[in-house]
Amino acid sequence: MASPHAHYRTNPGCRLPTGLAKAVQALVLLALVLLNANLARAAGGDFEAGLALLSEKSFDKKALAIEHLAESGHDQALTLLQTMSAGDLYYRKSDKRIVIRQDADKGYAITDVVTGQALGTVDRRDIKKVSINNQLRAQLTQAIAELQLGAGDPDIRKTALEAMLSELDTDSLPLLEKRRGIEQDAEVSAVLDVAIAVAQLESGERTDRLQALKALDGSLYPPVRNRLVAVLESDPDAGVRKAAAKALATIESRAKLFGNLETLFFGISLGSVLILAAIGLAITFGVMGVINMAHGELIMIGAYTTYVIQLLMPNAIEYSLLVAIPAAFVVSGLVGIAIERGVIRFLYGRPLETLLATFGLSLILQQAVRSIFSPLNRSVETPAWMSGTWEVNAIFSLTLNRLYIIGFCLIVFFLLHLILKRTRLGLEVRAVSQNRQMARAMGVRTQWVDALTFGLGSGIAGVAGVALSQLTNVGPNLGQAYIIDSFMVVVFGGVGNLWGTLVAGLSLGVANKVMEPWAGAVLAKILVLVFIILFIQKRPRGLFPQKGRAAEG
Amino acid sequence: MFMKRLLANDRGGRILLSALLLISVAVVASNRLLPEASWLHVPTYTVTLLGKYLCYALLAVSVDLAWGYLGILSLGHGAFFALGGYAMGMYLMRQIGDRGVYGNSELPDFMVFLNWQELPWFWHGFDQFWFAALMVLLVPGVLAFAFGWLAFRSRVTGVYLSIITQALTYALMLAFFRNEMGFGGNNGLTDFKDMLGFSLQADSTRIGLFIASAVALAAGYLLCRSVTNSRLGRVSVAIRDSEDRVRFIGYRVEKIKLAVFTLSAVLAGLAGALYVPQVGIINPNEFAPLNSIEAVVWVAIGGRGTLFGAVVGALLVNYGKSYFTAAMPEAWLFALGAIFVLATLFLPRGIAGLFSRRQAGDESGSSALSPPPAPSSDGDPQGAKHRSSPDSVTDSPANTATAPMSPLAQEARS
Repeated sequence: MASPHAHYRTNPGCRLPTGLAKAVQALVLLALVLLNANLARAAGGDFEAGLALLSEKSFDKKALAIEHLAESGHDQALTLLQTMSAGDLYYRKSDKRIVIRQDADKGYAITDVVTGQALGTVDRRDIKKVSINNQLRAQLTQAIAELQLGAGDPDIRKTALEAMLSELDTDSLPLLEKRRGIEQDAEVSAVLDVAIAVAQLESGERTDRLQALKALDGSLYPPVRNRLVAVLESDPDAGVRKAAAKALATIESRAKLFGNLETLFFGISLGSVLILAAIGLAITFGVMGVINMAHGELIMIGAYTTYVIQLLMPNAIEYSLLVAIPAAFVVSGLVGIAIERGVIRFLYGRPLETLLATFGLSLILQQAVRSIFSPLNRSVETPAWMSGTWEVNAIFSLTLNRLYIIGFCLIVFFLLHLILKRTRLGLEVRAVSQNRQMARAMGVRTQWVDALTFGLGSGIAGVAGVALSQLTNVGPNLGQAYIIDSFMVVVFGGVGNLWGTLVAGLSLGVANKVMEPWAGAVLAKILVLVFIILFIQKRPRGLFPQKGRAAEG
Repeated sequence: MFMKRLLANDRGGRILLSALLLISVAVVASNRLLPEASWLHVPTYTVTLLGKYLCYALLAVSVDLAWGYLGILSLGHGAFFALGGYAMGMYLMRQIGDRGVYGNSELPDFMVFLNWQELPWFWHGFDQFWFAALMVLLVPGVLAFAFGWLAFRSRVTGVYLSIITQALTYALMLAFFRNEMGFGGNNGLTDFKDMLGFSLQADSTRIGLFIASAVALAAGYLLCRSVTNSRLGRVSVAIRDSEDRVRFIGYRVEKIKLAVFTLSAVLAGLAGALYVPQVGIINPNEFAPLNSIEAVVWVAIGGRGTLFGAVVGALLVNYGKSYFTAAMPEAWLFALGAIFVLATLFLPRGIAGLFSRRQAGDESGSSALSPPPAPSSDGDPQGAKHRSSPDSVTDSPANTATAPMSPLAQEARS
């Protein structure tokens, strides 16, 4: 619990460098300290007085206590009033100390409300409830609202206002208008306007109600919608009802728009996951022509690398992902190179055998992870900066982790694109994939390029695993869930074409999410699969088939 | 007489069928005639297990027909197997009648549980054995025909075909997991009571099913052998080795592929139908892509393109699976994975290849990694020759097979 002097702030002059500045700084400091001490004494007096009055029997004295507390400016006042309003406030009969209680073995364990100091266990008869009646309850609600609206943090003011929306009536108007006059924050002002309009809906004046309806036209807060439905059903005036109907229609259409935007967001989010999972495959399958059924397991290894990194740095979860991305790239890449050197290089030109052998490897990797980490899912923590949501408006909010993953997917995509188009390795990869013999004749070490390309594709799979660890459970079957989807994306987009993979991933993701509301998640997935199967019959080489010499091989 | 001609050049087949006959007779005789105390007595449990293996062997034969003789690596044969199994399961479900938990004589238990009022249309007729038996063959056959018709006509080949067969079985698995499909959802169909009036729990029924499986395997084998010996079989081998050349000669490649692929699917469905009454359950996990790939591995281990190798592979791998999952469950996936890798690297012609090589005096060279004289599955026969030295310029004037784009290159040419 914070002390009563919590509003004492550090001095503002601490960054001035020279001696003169130091003198000024000292003066400012002195002034501030004096001022603060003064304030603290004034507030503290009020607060203590209020606290003392709480244990009185008379409701009038309690009403006075609430007034004292509300005006004290003390940072505990709000919690205290909320506890009182909930009926959880007690006082100890012996010294009239205000406490909260918790069940203990015998009687109750009590704690001082203000200091948070534990005062031991007491008998049931030693404490008494600070009782309230309806009048006090109304006063408390009002005081709490006022305190919340006066909070220093605009977010608290906004949240409080939004929570109040469904209970406002004309009684709240004076308070709201007072706040509106002094409110500085634009977002809070906007909510205040809505709140004032909502309160005016209860007004007896027809013009007030019409004006309020005009202000509420298109407002997206769910309580506003409910209030408008109530007005539409019960308002005596036909004009007002008509205006309410119009406002509701606007709200519905805007809600629908944002609903569609949300579906689109989920679709893009799913699409970016598909792209991340598939893009490594676009290298190994699309560019090298190797069917790597162990690709999903390389993703899984990336996810487990994240898990291990978090185990290694439990105190720095915030940075763990930044470490995990390169680590997963290296681990999965090395495993990939080992697979290429150990198995796949003996099978070039025999794609079906490659498929079987790599599938065997995927089983071995799965079982290895199962033996090392147990078959149970492991939880990977999400750093604080990735959790939470970005609220665009009352009904439309985007989760931050999905937003980051969309961005991450794009970064990975363009980096990969850059590597393939602008680096020496990329040039050699493309040369080898177009004409191995000619590349060798020009002095390209094709075996080396094979290994590095496969390592690159596998490393990207590992990086995808880091992203997936933030969205799904990390378990031995993580990879299996994505392998078929990944192949579908690559084949749909057109083998050997990174842009095709991007477009295919996004469109499959969005199509999946658009169908989900009416078809259900599983059926949507089946429909997408069936669509791809049929699509491949029509265009066996995908959306963007390779053209020119590369295609002729 | 006919069989003699059929198996004239098939020593492995002769040995296999004789062994199958001998073992079946011995097993049945030992189970029925010997007292249970005797150490030669084969318990009914083992008989059922063997019957299960025989069903797998039939599935392997059907995979080998498509892969070994037509060059289609189907990663979705488990779907045909499961569909046959579901058709049989629906018949067995209807036979339960009012002996279910809810005692509803019309509806299977899971439909009562879902509050369904009447039987869905696709369940009608399954109370008749002849209808169910027909569906066992028809449903996988029609699916294979429709799928093949679309795929072969648009010349989807090689790995692309493999991947979409896998997508097919995956989509079916997801679909059958749905309760709304009317096939029992997650739990599938189970709790069967009897078949053609014989209780499935009775020893005699189990022996009968074992014999039926053995007969089906033998018949399936002979059917496939007669196909591979026929003109159709020889053309399909030619398609496997060089599809384009066969097309240029003037054969309708699509029709031949379609015929063989559909036959293969029907056999897989038959195997599934015999499998279900012996294990007593069919659920959507039978559609899992892993099952289909496992069937391919049986064939790869046994030696593809031999038919009898597929049977040997299926029996060996499944015996190994039963042994490992009981003795060291952790080790099974390691073992299976290692089999995949080692078989493709060191046994490209499977177990059957070991024998034929000894016979022919090690024709394929000294290195274990050297190419199989067996056809290379991507349809590019020259490619296989350069296997031991993938990057050697000197001995590969037109080494397209080592170029990674070969699946595409092939398509570009077609």
